[in-house]
Amino acid sequence: MSFFGIKGVHVPHRKHTADCHPERMPIPKTVVIPMAQHIGAPAKPVVSVGDTVGVGQVIGEAAGFISAPVHASVSGTVKKIDTMANSNGGTMTAITIESDGEMRPHESVVPPTVTNYEEFVAAVRASGIVGLGGAGFPTFVKLSVKDLSQVQEVVLNGAECEPYITADTLTMTDRAEDIFEGIQLLEKYLGVKKVIIGIEDNKPQAIKAMQELSKKDSAIVVKPMPAAYPQGGEKVLIYNTTGKTVPEGKLPLDVGCIVMNVTTLACIAEYVRTGMPLVEKCLTVDGSAVATPKNVIAPIGTSMKDVFDFCGGFKEEPRKVMYGGPMMGIAVPTLDEPILKNTNAILAFNDKDATLPDETPCIRCGNCINHCPLNLNPPAIAKALKSGDGAEIAKTKVNICMECGACVFVCPAHRMIVHRNKLAKAELRAYQTKLAEQKKKEEENK
Amino acid sequence: MENNLIVSVSPHVHGKRTTTKVMLDVVIALLPAAIAGIVIFGMNAAILCATCVASCVVFEFLFTKLCKRPTTVGDLSAVVTGLILAMNLPATLPVWQAVVGSFIAIVVTKCLFGGLGCNFANPAITARVVMLVAFTGTMAAAVPPKSAEVDLTAYATPLSVLPQGLESEAVTAFMENTSLMDMFLGVRGGALGETCAAGLLLGGIYLVARKVITWHTPVVFIGAVFVLAFAITGDMTMALYYTLSGGTFIGAIFMATDYVTSPSTAKGKIIFALGCAVITTLIRFFGSYPEGVSFSILFMNILNPYIDKWTMKKPFGGVKA
Repeated sequence: MSFFGIKGVHVPHRKHTADCHPERMPIPKTVVIPMAQHIGAPAKPVVSVGDTVGVGQVIGEAAGFISAPVHASVSGTVKKIDTMANSNGGTMTAITIESDGEMRPHESVVPPTVTNYEEFVAAVRASGIVGLGGAGFPTFVKLSVKDLSQVQEVVLNGAECEPYITADTLTMTDRAEDIFEGIQLLEKYLGVKKVIIGIEDNKPQAIKAMQELSKKDSAIVVKPMPAAYPQGGEKVLIYNTTGKTVPEGKLPLDVGCIVMNVTTLACIAEYVRTGMPLVEKCLTVDGSAVATPKNVIAPIGTSMKDVFDFCGGFKEEPRKVMYGGPMMGIAVPTLDEPILKNTNAILAFNDKDATLPDETPCIRCGNCINHCPLNLNPPAIAKALKSGDGAEIAKTKVNICMECGACVFVCPAHRMIVHRNKLAKAELRAYQTKLAEQKKKEEENK
Repeated sequence: MENNLIVSVSPHVHGKRTTTKVMLDVVIALLPAAIAGIVIFGMNAAILCATCVASCVVFEFLFTKLCKRPTTVGDLSAVVTGLILAMNLPATLPVWQAVVGSFIAIVVTKCLFGGLGCNFANPAITARVVMLVAFTGTMAAAVPPKSAEVDLTAYATPLSVLPQGLESEAVTAFMENTSLMDMFLGVRGGALGETCAAGLLLGGIYLVARKVITWHTPVVFIGAVFVLAFAITGDMTMALYYTLSGGTFIGAIFMATDYVTSPSTAKGKIIFALGCAVITTLIRFFGSYPEGVSFSILFMNILNPYIDKWTMKKPFGGVKA
């Protein structure tokens, strides 16, 4: 590994909305709130059709440890509880609420009592907050540490390395106080001694705002990093801010780190102060097909169409619409998809941007190998996948691939490397399941 | 469906580089040395360049048509192969032999192994080596520059003279006739595109600046050839003559850097280049052929898969399976 940290790929920045302070959009007529907006077990609906709900009321209960509650984002009436397709190709339960236009908070919305570590974690759990950087991992799980002395530092992710997205930048500039409150909570209840804020150097305004915080608290260290994708990848961020390597199959906590997105922390502080759970989200709306790109605060469950309409609709026919940034975002088949807790951007591309070059033969130039932040070897993975041999796939370590897409971006042949890596991962999982079953059988036979 | 949205796997934005653009850069980088070759050796050189490029493109087109595969001549890789092959030929070579060479390069070495990206040996080098064996007389001809007023039968390429040693009359006479500057500019006997080190260097700098290749292979290859020649002869001038002789520059800059047949990582490239330099030197000083660049690259091509395997990067935080 290089002395200068993990180098990245120079993707276009396109941070057009960096100066657009978030605008709150009008209350949508209806919202569709999925029960699975996080990694882990989907929440269990606890309201019925016809119920009247208030903003912040629990409508889905966490089902299991790795899960998160879901709250009503508007006040109104529950219209439907049904199944909808999710963007991963599966299905999930979603609750449709018709808004009464009043945005009346539910009576359960009161600031939580937080006096110790357990109450703090319980509050984060009740807030429904999940990793807002994109992954959507329930945040309280990260904070559930058996031995608090294990935590050496908290790394706050303000890298925002994806093109277009500026939502986190605006959290850092406009909600610096919330971030500061959040840091104080972590210091008070988790005994955190050091907080490193990693920010790409193409956001000087955010760096400046965070440096102001470090003047007030010496535990805060602002770490500007070169704007090189994927600086915000968890393992990359930890390595480039602390020099620590998270081993395969381990968590950041195993090397003494808790990584959290800056917006996630700001939302935690807001919840502890007001008791209003995560019911709305600031997101960047941009892309070549969007009439007026801006940052929008939208209730969770608002349809993409409503949000795009608020941004003046489309100036060109959209040919590709996605959740998140263009490097790792998920393309969606319809504009009815709802805004989720972890949606930090929705982009709409015109025909020109949506049409990508065709795949041509690999010329073994090695660009993918030399630009993979995790030192993987895509041609070797493709070869192993073609062989269909699970043991060969395992050797390539494709399991640590975070699908950042840097390889595809630098590929002159425009190979579908991420696509193949996903297939190789699925193939590897099947192989490992088979191995485990075989082992179990052998043990039974003994 | 009320819309026609495209759904595909991320990333949804790609870099601007394409295979065609990469190949075009290589062609541009080859031009200074090719033009110098035409200036130095005359119109025959131009005819050979045109023949090789045209026949490589035609052979690839016909092969893909015959096999009912999508035509790949648009990616310009056949143009690159043709131009490099031509630059490795003596200017006096009969045109039909150049066509045979192109056939070996494109059809036998590249297409039969699966086309672009699948060949294990560099097409132009393989063709050159096959031609050296098949057409020894015309391929090994010592072609003098047009400007040289010499007896054609007595003319020799640097590498056929230099081994006689610094004290010999032949070397002294040769060095009087051909200064180091002549060697650098390419006014000396040799294949039509290999002599102009200045032009090749210019092309190499362009390729490194455009990030088509990295500095590792050319610098290590040329550097090691120089160091080894100096170690063996013990003379700085001789070492410089050796370095500027034969195909060191075209080999190090354009042929040992061929993506398909050379390693991907910096470490691998250095090992590959060192191997090339050692074998080149061994052949030059101790082999029966005067020049060894082509053989050395071809040999290292064969070792390439192993070098790639040995120099694979360690996955970040990876644990042994």
